[in-house]
This record gives sequence, structure tokens and C-alpha cells, in this order.
Amino acid sequence: MLWFFLIGVLLTGYAILDGFDLGVGTLHLFGRTDTERRINMNSIGPVWDGNEVWLVTGGGALFAAFPDAYATAFSGFYLAFMLLLAALIFRAVAMEFRSKRPQRWWRSMWDMAFFLSSSVSSLLFGVAVGNMIQGIPIGPDKEYVGTFIELLNPYALVVGVFNLSMFAMHGSIYLYLKTEGEYQQRVRRWVYKAYAAFVIMYGVTTVYTLLAVPNATRNFEDLPWVWVIVALNVLAIANIPRALYHDLPLRAFISSACTIAALVFLFGVALFPNLIVSSLGNEFNLTAYNAASSQRTLAIMRNIAFIGLPFVLTYTIAIYWIFRGKTRLTATSY
Amino acid sequence: MDLDPVFLARLQFAFTVMFHYLFPPLTIGLGAVMVITESAYMLTKNPLYETSAKFWTKIFAVTFAMGVASGIVMEFQFGTNWATYSRFVGDVFGSALAAEGVFAFFLESGFLAVLVFGWDRVSPRVHFFSTIMVFLGSVFSAVWIVVANSWQQTPAGFHLVQTADGLTRAEITDFWAMVFNPSSMLRLSHVLVGSFILGAFFVMSVTAFYILRGKHLEFAKRSFTFALVFAVIVSIGQLLVGHEHAQQVAETQPAKLAAYEGLYQTPEGGAPLTLFGVPNDKEQRLDYAIAIPGLLSFLVHGDFNTPVPGLDQTKPEDRPPVALPFYSYHIMVGLGMFFIGITLLALMLLPRGRLFEQRWLLWIFVFAVIGPYLANHLGWVAAEVGRQPWSVYGLLRTADSVSKSVTAPEILTSLIMFGFIYSLLFAVWVFVLNDKIQKGPDEPGAPPPDTTTLDGLMEAATGLESGRASMTSAKDPGESLV
Ligand code: HDD
Ligand code: HEM
Ligand code: HEM
Repeated sequence: MLWFFLIGVLLTGYAILDGFDLGVGTLHLFGRTDTERRINMNSIGPVWDGNEVWLVTGGGALFAAFPDAYATAFSGFYLAFMLLLAALIFRAVAMEFRSKRPQRWWRSMWDMAFFLSSSVSSLLFGVAVGNMIQGIPIGPDKEYVGTFIELLNPYALVVGVFNLSMFAMHGSIYLYLKTEGEYQQRVRRWVYKAYAAFVIMYGVTTVYTLLAVPNATRNFEDLPWVWVIVALNVLAIANIPRALYHDLPLRAFISSACTIAALVFLFGVALFPNLIVSSLGNEFNLTAYNAASSQRTLAIMRNIAFIGLPFVLTYTIAIYWIFRGKTRLTATSY
Repeated sequence: MDLDPVFLARLQFAFTVMFHYLFPPLTIGLGAVMVITESAYMLTKNPLYETSAKFWTKIFAVTFAMGVASGIVMEFQFGTNWATYSRFVGDVFGSALAAEGVFAFFLESGFLAVLVFGWDRVSPRVHFFSTIMVFLGSVFSAVWIVVANSWQQTPAGFHLVQTADGLTRAEITDFWAMVFNPSSMLRLSHVLVGSFILGAFFVMSVTAFYILRGKHLEFAKRSFTFALVFAVIVSIGQLLVGHEHAQQVAETQPAKLAAYEGLYQTPEGGAPLTLFGVPNDKEQRLDYAIAIPGLLSFLVHGDFNTPVPGLDQTKPEDRPPVALPFYSYHIMVGLGMFFIGITLLALMLLPRGRLFEQRWLLWIFVFAVIGPYLANHLGWVAAEVGRQPWSVYGLLRTADSVSKSVTAPEILTSLIMFGFIYSLLFAVWVFVLNDKIQKGPDEPGAPPPDTTTLDGLMEAATGLESGRASMTSAKDPGESLV
């Protein structure tokens, strides 16, 4: 159970951290001049790689703690994952290569790559979540028996777009934090637009979930206290425009981070104890019990986590501290 | 055409991992170079070392980004292509991968930010510390991934368990026995030393080029000398480590060694060391062999007459292919000898200052960097293909490891996609790298160009666009775009 929780923590960390840099990517093309676009990239320059490691480590932890879930999910979503991997590759190199050459076509090409890969990644993460809530066809031998197109069903796509809007909002607030002057004023307008999109999608997704996937709220009936989280979540969402209005962007950012955390948490509660729900029958579900590694491995992993995580947190904080403040371009920028 | 998913999955894994492996050894090797250069700077405060550290850092950063991009693919490839394998080994293997993430990748990626963007944000001391951390991070990541790989070569510290649904899987019994399995530490040393060789040859290649062109002479000569001394040490070291490694293979995977040496039949008495030959699978013998009698027995057992088992001692269905491991292994060892030879030659010319006049030798060094690349890749090919038909040696066959739910056309699609993306990326990487190398390090003391204003930027952009000529000048405004 600890591992169900810890993987949740890793995913939350990932969603909050990479969420904003994916969001910045989605908004990237709104930057008009070369300088603005460079500011976009450099605002996340020092941190995006570290953020992505949360995903890599989440993958590793899933492999170690729940090998069956790792195997089923990744082989089942084969083409979707390949697409995601391609997107992540382009994101990494687009940032690295964009400013290496001055030509306009070169830079526009990588700008486009950066925008597309960030948006596609956000969308696919949402699609994956949507499918996990809904359940996918898993047979008795724990193998996926559906096709790629089945993964792109309407519900999953709605969740995908929802995720895209959420990351865009989160990213725009981050950018607002990191910019100054006239550009910041423009970013401010995007924040409101992204926020509006997010709220609309939030409503749509909630209604759709309640109507189409009754299973999703099953756990909520046994655990009344999760409604507190729901309430806090709504408060956090409401706090975003308030904080912006009072020009407290950091609070807005924290609120949107809380929103993401709450949503991932609710997603975990909805799923528990399942890891992957089979749409062919509950007996085929992969759960935190039947997909887990041996006790000894879990104990080893716990030790690794206890030794490693304090270090990780220390230098993550140190890095954000070193690179605090507004983004300005210097000789070593991208 | 009949598509075989096992073959395609192997092809894809081999292709993506070999692409990935273009970058890690250079990262590790250049990491060592940066640590050395920056410690020289910390000790002497000579600005020359500072500019050279900055120069290597730029090259490092580009390579690192490529390593990250291609590495993420690897991390998930076990699940996508080898689902059955993942179910079988996850209990043992997964913890090594997770440890890699927790201990290595966070360290690297975090401090990389300081390394690349932090020159004027932190003190030199903190920067130096970050350099060391990034280097350590890359070494740690090699540690864990090599441990995982070594476990599948020489499994230890586990037992087999039936799970509820009737599958068998390996479960860990002793973590440290898993980590220190019979081949892990040797393989680790071999891989790390291989990376250092690459790093040293890379530096020598770039700086030999500058010397030939008469550019950045002071920087180039100094770096070349440093790298040369380093290269001599690690090249000779590699021979010793490689020798131990081969003894380990003889003990744990005799069929693999037989394939390396093209030993189809167990010879009477001592086994010869083959220098050259053409494996002939049909007739189960080595054609055109040139061999030194008894030497293999001596190298493995310290005695010229102890027999070494040939492939005939292994059941036919358990035999690895011969040709590929044979050639890769021989070329790797041959290259190792070449490195020792050429670096010793250069070292002998060094003291009388004659080295930098031998233009032919410098030209060899410009291109010699291909050698360590080949050796690193061929080494892996030998080790991995020689392990066949097993994916976990003696326990799980490769043919039984693939994902059941993934079809051949799907793998083919993604293989083509990766083929396309990787070719593109590779071209871009070489292009950008070349650009950086052509540009060379800043002259010490040149004021950093002003890019905080839009004007400075436009100036820089137009300056570059007006032709490549400006790239050679040290105060190149294009530098600001980096
Ligand atoms: C942690 C595990 C691991 C690591 C570090 C490596 N490999 Fe490996 N390799 C495998 C785990 C593996 C595998 C999953 O077990 C494969 C897939 C199928 C197989 O038999 O082994 C494999 C296959 C495989 C093949 C195909 C062999 C064949 O099909 O006959 C090649 C050429 C390589 N690998 C090459 C490499 C290279 C160049 C590596 C350097 C980075 C490398 N491997 C690291
Ligand atoms: C097939 C198994 C392998 C897997 C699954 C794998 C996985 C990964 C991943 C996910 C990354 C990116 C981490 C980040 O975001 O920073 C990475 C980078 C790296 N890997 Fe691998 N890798 C494999 C093989 C190897 C081998 C054999 C070595 C070394 C001997 C190695 C050394 C490194 C290093 C040093 C880096 C970081 C430096 C760089 O990005 O260039 N890897 N690897
Ligand atoms: C000089 C003589 C050398 C000898 C005797 C030697 C020996 C070996 C042996 C026996 C293996 C196979 C291990 C196995 O199958 O498990 C191996 C693998 C390998 N070699 Fe070498 N080697 C030499 C030189 C080099 C050089 C110069 C490089 C690179 C610059 C290199 C890079 C590698 C790599 C990357 C592997 C695969 C990883 C591993 O299994 O350790 N080798 N070597």
C-alpha cells in the first residue's frame, strides 16, 4: 500500500512540476518575438530535465513495485507510448537546439516542435488517465486485448483536453511569475484565458465522469472524508483568480499546484486498490495486491526511497532557490 | 513477408540502445575532463582553464540532452517490448532501475542546471561542486544500469517462485548478492574505463584539429597533453580489466567465450588464441585461422595445456550465434591494442616537442575518436549477442520474453518512426557539435557579449547571418546565442 501511495507521490510531483513546463510549451507560440520565446524556454531551462526525472523514476518504481502493471500498461498502450516517447524526445532537443543557430527557419522549426511535443504529451497523459478511470480490455493472462484506436475514445479524449487546459493554466501562471514588464502584462491575459478553458473543461469532465463512469465514485461513498479534498480543491481553484487580482502570483501558482495534487489524489482514491481496471470483468483487474512484487523487494525499495528522497528534495529545492527570480537572458542561456 | 515480432523487438531494442549509447560514454568521459579542468582552474586560477572548462561544458550539455532524450525511451522499452521479461524480472531488476532514477538521474539533472546556467549565479566553488556532482551522477547511473544488465548475464541473489496465476518469476533473496553478482563490478570497470578512453580521444581529436589549423594553440596543446597522459593510463588499464573480464566470461558463460574465440570443437589439450579467422557455421569450423597455440588456455587458466570447452559442449539449442560475437569481440580487442600503441607512440614523441610537428600523427588523432566509439559498441554487441539465446542467462529465453499483446506491424511502425527521428537527431547533433567545435573556446578575458537587450541580440543574429567567416573570430557575437 505504501507503494501505491509512493507512486502516487511520484506522479503528483511529476504532474505539478512537469505540468508547468509542458504548459509553457503549449503557450510557447504566443510569444511574439524571438526574445519572448527565448524567455519562455529559459524560464524552464534549468529545471525541466529534473522535472522529467520524476516521470523516469515513477516508471522505474512502477517496474520494481508492480511489474505486472508496468508490463501490461506499457505493452498494452504500445503505440500511444511510442508517440509519447517521440514527443518527449522532441521536447528535450527542441529546447537544446533552438537557439544554437540564428536562422529564422531553424528557430521556427524548433519552436513548432516544442509547441507540438509539449501539447501532445499533455494530451496523451490525459488520455492515459481517462482510460485508466474507464477501464481497458484486459484478459485473464493480464494482457491487453484492445487496439490503439480504442484508446482514443471520446471520454479519454475529453480527459486529455482537460489535462491540456490544466497544464496550460499552470504553465501560464508560472510564466507570469518569471516574466516582467510589458511581456508579463500579456502573459497575464493568457492566464485568464487558460483559466477559463480549464474551468469549462473541469465542469465537462466532471459531468461526463459522473454520467459515463459510475465506477469512478464508488470509493467516495465509503470514504466520506475525501469530500473534504474535493471542497479544498474547489477553494484552490477559486483562489487562483483572486490571487491574481491581488497580484500575488506565487499564491496563484501554489493554488494551481494544489489543484493538480488534489486531482491526482482523487484519481488515486477512485482507482484504489486497482492499478488497471479491466473492462472485461472485475476479476481481471490488476490491483495493488495481485500485481505487486515480493515483500522483500518492497522493503528494499522502501530503503532506497528513504535514503534517496531527502537528497532529491534537498537539491530540488536548492536548484529552484538558485534560479529564483525573473528570467533574464545571459550568455549561457538557451 | 513474414514479420517475426521477436526479431523486430530485438532489432528495435538494439537500435535504440545503441543510439542511446552514443551519448552516455561521451557524457561520462567529458564529465571526467570537466572535473579535471575545473580543478586545474581552482588550483591555479589561470583563466585559460576557465574558458576551456566552459568550452567542454557546452559540448557536454548538447550531448547530455541527447542522452536524456534517448534514455527515456530505454527506460520504458522494457515494458513496451519485453513485457513478459518485465513480469519475470521486475522483482529483481526493477529495484536497480528505480535506484538509478533516485540516486543518479536526479543528481545529474539537478546539478546540470547549475553547471550550464549557473556560471554567474553561484560562486566558483559551488560551481565546481556541481561539476563533481554531475560527473558522479553519470557514474552512478552507469553503476545501476550495468548492475541490472550484469544480473541478466550472471544472475545471483534470487529464487524462482510460482505466482498465483501460474507464471514463474524471479524474486530477490539477497540484494547485495544481486548487486555484486559475478560480473557486475568487472563490467562496470570495463564500461567506465571505456568511457574514459572515449573522453580522452574526443579531447585529443578536437585539440589535434585546432593544432593543425593553428587555432587556440595554447589551449589545444595543453589539453592534448593532459588527455594523452590520461589516455595512455586508461588504455593500458582497459587491457588488464578486459583480461579479467574474459576470465570471468570463461567461468560463467563458457559458450559465449567459445563463440568469441570461434571454438566450435573442444580442442585436444591447450586451446589456441585466434588472431584472425572466418567462422563457418555450416561446417562448424573456423576457416583461414591464424592462431597462437595454447595461448587461450594460458590466458584463461594460467596454463598452456588446460582444455577450454568449445561450442560442442553446449546443447545445440543453447548455442549463441558465432559470427557476430566473434568479429565484434576481435575488433574490440584489436582496437584496444591500437589505442595502446598509438598513445604510447605519441607519448614518446612528446618530451622533445616533436609531437606537435607530426602532422600525419595529429591527423590520425583527429579521426581516431571513431575507434573508441566502435570499441564501445562492438563490446556491447559481443556481450549481448553472445548471451543469446537467453535474455536472462540460463533462465529465460529471449523468444519467451517479448510482449504478447504487441504485434509485429506495431513494432515495425515504431521502429520506422525511431529510425526516422534518430537519423534526424543524429544529423542535428553532429551539426551543432561541429558548429561548437569550429567556433572553439572563448579567448580568456573577452567580455561576454551583451544579450540582455533586444539590440544585442539582433546584432548577434545579423552578425552570424552574414556568413560563416565571422564564426572563426574569437569575439564572435554569435557566441551569445549559445
Ligand atoms: C539493463 C539491461 C540492458 C543493458 C544495460 C543493455 N542491454 Fe542490450 N539487451 C537487453 C538488456 C540490456 C535485453 C532486454 O535483455 C535484450 C533485448 C533482447 C535480449 O535478448 O536482450 C538486449 C538485446 C541487445 C541486442 C540485441 C541482441 C540480439 O538480438 O541478438 C544488442 C545489440 C544490445 N542489446 C546491445 C546493447 C548495447 C549497445 C547496450 C549498451 C548500452 C546494451 N545492450 C545495454
Ligand atoms: C538498456 C538499458 C538502459 C536504460 C533503460 C537506460 C535509461 C536511461 C534514461 C531513462 C536516461 C535519461 C535520464 C535523465 O532524464 O537524465 C539515461 C541517461 C543516461 N544513461 Fe542510460 N540507459 C541504459 C543503458 C545505459 C548504459 C549501458 C549506460 C552506461 C554504461 C548508461 C548510462 C547513462 C548515463 C551516463 C546517462 C546520463 C547522461 C546522458 O544523458 O548522456 N545507460 N539512461
Ligand atoms: C584491450 C583489450 C580488451 C579486452 C581483452 C576486452 C575484453 C572484453 C570482454 C571479455 C568483454 C565481454 C564481457 C561479457 O561478455 O560479459 C568485453 C565487453 C566490452 N568491452 Fe572490452 N575488452 C578490451 C578492450 C576494450 C576497449 C578498448 C573498449 C572501449 C573503449 C571496450 C569496451 C567494451 C564494452 C563497452 C563492453 C560491453 C560491456 C561489458 O560486457 O563489459 N573494450 N570486453
